[in-house]
Amino acid sequence: MSFTSLSKLKAQLDNGETTAKELATRYLDRIAAHNDELNAFVDIDPAHVLEQAEASDAYRSKHEARALEGLPIAVKDIFCTQDGPTQCCSNILKDFHAPYDAHVITRLKEAGAVLVGKTNMDEFAMGSSTETSAFGPCRNPWDTDRIPGGSSGGSAAAVAAALTPAALGTDTGGSIRQPASVCGITGLKPTYGRVSRRGIIAFASSLDQAGPMTRTVRDAAMITAAIAGHDPMDSTSVMNAPQVDWLGACDKTNMKGLKIGKPKEYFVDGMDIEVRTCIEKALEKCKELGAEIVDISLPHTESAVAAYYVIAPSEASANLSRYDAVRFGHRCDEPEDLLDMYTRSRDEGFGAEVKRRILTGAFALSSGYYDAYYIKAQQVRTLIRKDFLDAFEKVDVIATPTSPIAAFRIGEKTDDPLTMYLSDIFTIAVNLAGLPGLSQPCGFAHDLPVGLQWITPAWCEDRLLSAASAYETATDWSNKTPATFGGNTGGAK
Amino acid sequence: MSWEVVIGLEVHVQVNSKTKAFCGCSTEFGTEPNTQTCPVCLGMPGQLPVLNMEAAKKTALTGLAINADINLESKFDRKNYFYPDLPKGYQITQFPLPLVENGYLDIPTKDGGEKRIGITRIHMEEDAGKSMHEGLDGVSHIDLNRSGVPLMEIVSEPDMRSADEAIAYLKQLHQLISFLDVSGANMEKGQFRCDANVSVHQPGTPFGTRAELKNLNSFRFIKQAIEYEVIRQIELIEDGGEVVQETRLYDSVKGESRSMRSKEEAHDYRYFPEPDLPPLRMSRDELEAIRAAMPELPGQLRKRFETEYGLSPYDADVLSQTRELASFFEALVAAHPADPKRCANWLANELLGRLKEKGMDISDSPVSSQRLAGLLERIADNTISGKIAKDVLDAMMEADDDADAIIEAKGLKQVSDSGAIDAIITEIMNANPDQVAGYRGGKDKLLGFFVGQVMKASKGKANPGMVNQRLQELLKG
Repeated sequence: MSFTSLSKLKAQLDNGETTAKELATRYLDRIAAHNDELNAFVDIDPAHVLEQAEASDAYRSKHEARALEGLPIAVKDIFCTQDGPTQCCSNILKDFHAPYDAHVITRLKEAGAVLVGKTNMDEFAMGSSTETSAFGPCRNPWDTDRIPGGSSGGSAAAVAAALTPAALGTDTGGSIRQPASVCGITGLKPTYGRVSRRGIIAFASSLDQAGPMTRTVRDAAMITAAIAGHDPMDSTSVMNAPQVDWLGACDKTNMKGLKIGKPKEYFVDGMDIEVRTCIEKALEKCKELGAEIVDISLPHTESAVAAYYVIAPSEASANLSRYDAVRFGHRCDEPEDLLDMYTRSRDEGFGAEVKRRILTGAFALSSGYYDAYYIKAQQVRTLIRKDFLDAFEKVDVIATPTSPIAAFRIGEKTDDPLTMYLSDIFTIAVNLAGLPGLSQPCGFAHDLPVGLQWITPAWCEDRLLSAASAYETATDWSNKTPATFGGNTGGAK
Repeated sequence: MSWEVVIGLEVHVQVNSKTKAFCGCSTEFGTEPNTQTCPVCLGMPGQLPVLNMEAAKKTALTGLAINADINLESKFDRKNYFYPDLPKGYQITQFPLPLVENGYLDIPTKDGGEKRIGITRIHMEEDAGKSMHEGLDGVSHIDLNRSGVPLMEIVSEPDMRSADEAIAYLKQLHQLISFLDVSGANMEKGQFRCDANVSVHQPGTPFGTRAELKNLNSFRFIKQAIEYEVIRQIELIEDGGEVVQETRLYDSVKGESRSMRSKEEAHDYRYFPEPDLPPLRMSRDELEAIRAAMPELPGQLRKRFETEYGLSPYDADVLSQTRELASFFEALVAAHPADPKRCANWLANELLGRLKEKGMDISDSPVSSQRLAGLLERIADNTISGKIAKDVLDAMMEADDDADAIIEAKGLKQVSDSGAIDAIITEIMNANPDQVAGYRGGKDKLLGFFVGQVMKASKGKANPGMVNQRLQELLKG
């Protein structure tokens, strides 16, 4: 019953079968029982959760219920909230309390959601495994020796183990889709500019986007509908973005007439054969549902990871300059002078991966290297964007694996950042092009979940949701839950 | 050896928009430290900039006034450096594609001609906060009220050849900025700040290596600093040394400069496009609307004062020096339309003179244009003489009373009664029979003596015109 989707919980609340307080209590109990094992949550305030739930029940008794009335939703530790600490899982923001809510947090509150707590993540969202967190690694509910993906690993693990019915993540190079994939849940990264970034701690400003991590496609649509929209205080949130019928798009049960592009660059030698088999089978299923599979090429895919690891660190190197120990955040003991305060505070506050990326970015932007790295990477970005535009002349959606491999073991790749970076190889291009992408469960490889990624043109999330809904309805993968945490499916061990 | 001086100037002007460049905080000067801040200008996590279009429009207006090209699409960049009063660790500025490019100003030269000084660009950026180190016992304090205040940086070509030319350019620019009402332009408040790039070379050879002089906050210091730098460089070269590219800080107390950082120590600012802000786009219509709303500039005003009011070129020039002065003059003429020249004289010579003695500006004048016009009306209708009027103006500077009240209270009303004047004249003639005889004997110049005596006897209140006329008649005998 804990593995119930957000949509079904909403129905139960609406018809009086349950209350917000009952739901809050149920999930708080599960967090209390399982969080030690998973380390999915880094901050929980049970009293405050119950308070919100009671307030929601009271609201419901007097008014018409709002879109997410009484529904528990967890958020990644990257979203600023007035309540509780916002630490981005970094020592440099240890015990930082933001005096404001992120725009999406305000939207969730206005929709009546009950905020459950802050979930674990890679420090400053820099990582693919949630191992760089200052609060220790998060674990995958399907096999607790394995990573839950990252950087939104805490959100993914929490939803997969039903410690919350839904969560928010952010996605800069795949940080919603990849953990959703390896934890067997659904994750949506909206079009860049669809959701306000205000109050979300910046990693790479031109790539960051917030989105839902849920049990089902419809659940993802419900949350996106609540958080999307122009924010006058984020100049990159688009003012007159094309509107989408978020929930209506999820009613689709077939793929008649849908042209699905299958990019050859995403089905390469060296990828896990069982992962590949899952994706091939998924595409067969799509054909049965009426879709036409079209072989396409996205020729610059190969350069996406390299371009990303110039652009994202470059932006990050500037975005993280504000953590200078002057106004907030960690300050070293007894600084000798200004330089000592800067260097020692930042040295103590940032973890190794964050330092690596700040250095990489500062190097790429430095005089004499700027043209060779930053400018070149931006040129590649333009070519990647064009690849997609060309492809969408021929097809409606593109389907790919979300990740070339299933969840790897904790510690397996920590000493080899380059291999780690390659786990985002199939998700990064979507961010560089600013497109929406969705990952949904489509089977198991080595008894671990595998994700199918859908990509559409900018602002066409409805097409994305329709394709994913049709696939979800025709298969049973989204109903698979890890037995170790009370679910219905065997698990790896 | 003959040396030629080459000077280029970078001027930072605080734009007087109501709110900061990228947030809604007030830009008011002189309030309690850290009271005009918000999460955006404090550089808090997750906060994002939103461009203040008022500041952009004022920058574009300045661009139009220096005959420059306005880029309908310009871009913002990040300039990265660490300093405690720079909250984000980077300054939002415009690097490769500024809002304004390719303008110029014509400055007056000593021989009465004009010289054209090129202006490379004007870009928008945000100001940093203020660090305070003095008298704090080794602790530094930071005030972030100024953080995010909009600036325009106006960069000239290296077209100036002397400290005097540099000052002439700065004064011209300062005057223009004031007229456009795009900045308070108060140098003491740091609203108009100048950095100077100075080098020397022998004419006909390439430019020399330049030094950048920082921290110049008055016209006098700028002139001193440039002159000091020119001598320093020439002496250095003539002694067989070499000028190095560096940034130097001018100490106005010691009257000398010292090296702040060399080229090797120069920051690598790692500029890159600001991903939080889309390009600044301005439509042709918007630009035309800005152009249409451009106020009258000093040159236009000067010409109009000459033709419309018949002022001398000198008076027209004086009264068009500042926008405040010009508006004061026009308000004065509106209140005393009969004689614009009298208005000009009394404003330019009498009121300004008195204000200058008190170290005041026209905007602080205790005598309003309405009150001054009231005084001029009494001269026009012969209630008082010009001379008495000066005393009345002195009294007006000290009290809030208008001219009529002062004239009444002090009994300064002019005597225009011919009987009373004749009585004084007769008295004076009786007291000075020799001079009467002399005048009658052909010494016309003695008329001045009698006028003086009569005026003195009347305590200046006698109507000078009538005194003159009656004297000539009565002296004939």
